[in-house]
Amino acid sequence: MSANAKVEEKLFQNRYRVDSGHPHIQIKDEELCASQCETRQCTVCCPAGCYTLEGNGRIVLITDGCLECGTCRIICDDYRNVAWEYPRGGYGVLFKFG
Amino acid sequence: MAEKFDAIVVGAGPSGNAAAYTMAKAGLKVLQLERGEYPGSKNVQGAILYSDALEKIIPDFRYDAPLERHIIEQRMWVLDDESYIGTHYRSDEFNKPPYNRYTIIRAQFDKWFSEKVQEAGAMLICETTVSDLLMDGKRVIGVQTDRLGGSIYADIVILADGVNSLLATKAGFHPELEPKNVALAVKEIHFMPQETVEARFNVNGDAGVVIEMAGKITKGMMGTGFLYTNKESLTIGVGCMLSDLKQQRISPYQLLEEMKAHPSIAPILDGGEMKEYTAHLIPEGGYKAIPELCGDGWMIVGDSGMFVNAMHREGSNLAMTTGCFAAETVIELAAEQKPFTAKNLARYREKLNESFVIKDLKKYKNMPDVFHANPQFFTAYPEMLNQAVHKMLRVDGVDKKTKEKQIMANFKQRRSLFGLMGDAYKLWRAFE
Ligand SMILES: Cc1cc2nc3c(=O)[nH]c(=O)nc-3n(C[C@H](O)[C@H](O)[C@H](O)COP(=O)(O)OP(=O)(O)OC[C@H]3O[C@@H](n4cnc5c(N)ncnc54)[C@H](O)[C@@H]3O)c2cc1C
Ligand code: SF4
Repeated sequence: MSANAKVEEKLFQNRYRVDSGHPHIQIKDEELCASQCETRQCTVCCPAGCYTLEGNGRIVLITDGCLECGTCRIICDDYRNVAWEYPRGGYGVLFKFG
Repeated sequence: MAEKFDAIVVGAGPSGNAAAYTMAKAGLKVLQLERGEYPGSKNVQGAILYSDALEKIIPDFRYDAPLERHIIEQRMWVLDDESYIGTHYRSDEFNKPPYNRYTIIRAQFDKWFSEKVQEAGAMLICETTVSDLLMDGKRVIGVQTDRLGGSIYADIVILADGVNSLLATKAGFHPELEPKNVALAVKEIHFMPQETVEARFNVNGDAGVVIEMAGKITKGMMGTGFLYTNKESLTIGVGCMLSDLKQQRISPYQLLEEMKAHPSIAPILDGGEMKEYTAHLIPEGGYKAIPELCGDGWMIVGDSGMFVNAMHREGSNLAMTTGCFAAETVIELAAEQKPFTAKNLARYREKLNESFVIKDLKKYKNMPDVFHANPQFFTAYPEMLNQAVHKMLRVDGVDKKTKEKQIMANFKQRRSLFGLMGDAYKLWRAFE
């Protein structure tokens, strides 16, 4: 839990232009995450902590802090259950230094 | 029909900028599309800029490019939990212009490079994501963007869209990336007064130091850490293969936190103010993972084509060089009035084969396999090395000969002599 608190502090330093109502990444089939996926790797490897495992076994994805790295798309290679697009032009993370 | 260009370049990173610059300079009508608010706003790098590749494109770049420090000293550290054993190489030769390498800040550097591209005559449109390639049968004839409404056409489309090349994947030009072919790097920038940076690294003026690290900071995963000096900030990061992160279930930011807390690193960062946290993939699959690089009406350059030399931490220079080769191919074919067919564009591949780009990647083609199959390079060895040195340096009344025997016994116990020799051989073969 403390690790998660930490990543929020980190993300707080970043600049974003959030495209409200247009998440650029989506879980294709939520049921699959809950019932079939055992590793739920997205909840461990996303560097922005966008994926969290709820008590009921569901995965919640909030893309506001997304760093647009592509990890979640590639790491979900057993099920390919992540629909991954870039944000619309101009939206998303805006690195000042990079 | 909508406006038509000689060439469209997708992306304004180093590969796209090199390609667009070279073509515009030769008088071609070039459109460049970038999804970020400005070039660089989506890009992440360590970041070391190698002068040679850029100098070939913009010979006098040193006079106005935003450069941080020229590197006069390179350190290599092998860390265990408590210590590091390292080499430092500093040379006054590196402190004499023209400098060989610089640290840069990508958001600033890409913006500058892009201004040069526009001065050369290319048209740049930012805040625009290319959503699809327009095809006529098997031939690429243009792009579809997410905001201009209409489609834009060109004789050739150069994909300089970086490691997550959704366009090439969607079009079936290359398969989806595999976890074993990409590293995930996380990175922070810490600001501190210029004098502090200079005092901590024993440099002055614009001189700088870079540290590359391997060992237990990656917890046995194939990967490395880095710490670079900028003018008034330090960049610190760590990158590991995605397949390893997946297997070991390690959180990347946790890894970075632990690295920052290492007793040899924490004092260097002390008092700094963290101002940005970033993450990015690095295509480290090497030679064997290079996809198809051209076809009817399209070419792939830079990270999108796996052009990263992970062994030597080179990427942006390969990006620029491949961008130039692609552009030169277009310029030559246009002059000869030959169409941009897969067959004619194969000249791009020939240029690559003859250059350091493919030669270097070929040289290390077995490296990823060797490291994947032998995690001891990132676990047992760093610890053994550090312990050995510690033992020899500690003055405690035990004679050196006895210590040497103990060290060898420890080596053998941790990993059989046969294993050690085998590892040395594997490494040697991979480098050969
Ligand atoms: C942490 C880290 C450290 C590194 N350190 C070094 C180093 O020290 N030295 C070195 O030489 N290399 C280093 N590299 C590698 C180097 O950063 C890359 O090889 C280089 O940036 C590749 O350039 P590129 O132009 O191919 O791709 P990128 O720089 O990724 O540029 C791609 C561009 O395309 C845009 N784009 C993508 N898709 C679309 C689309 N559909 N529509 C519109 N625009 C799009 C992106 O916004 C981006 O601007 C490092 C990489 C990382 C991640
Ligand atoms: S792209 Fe990267 S930062 Fe964004 S949700 Fe996926 S893993 Fe997390």
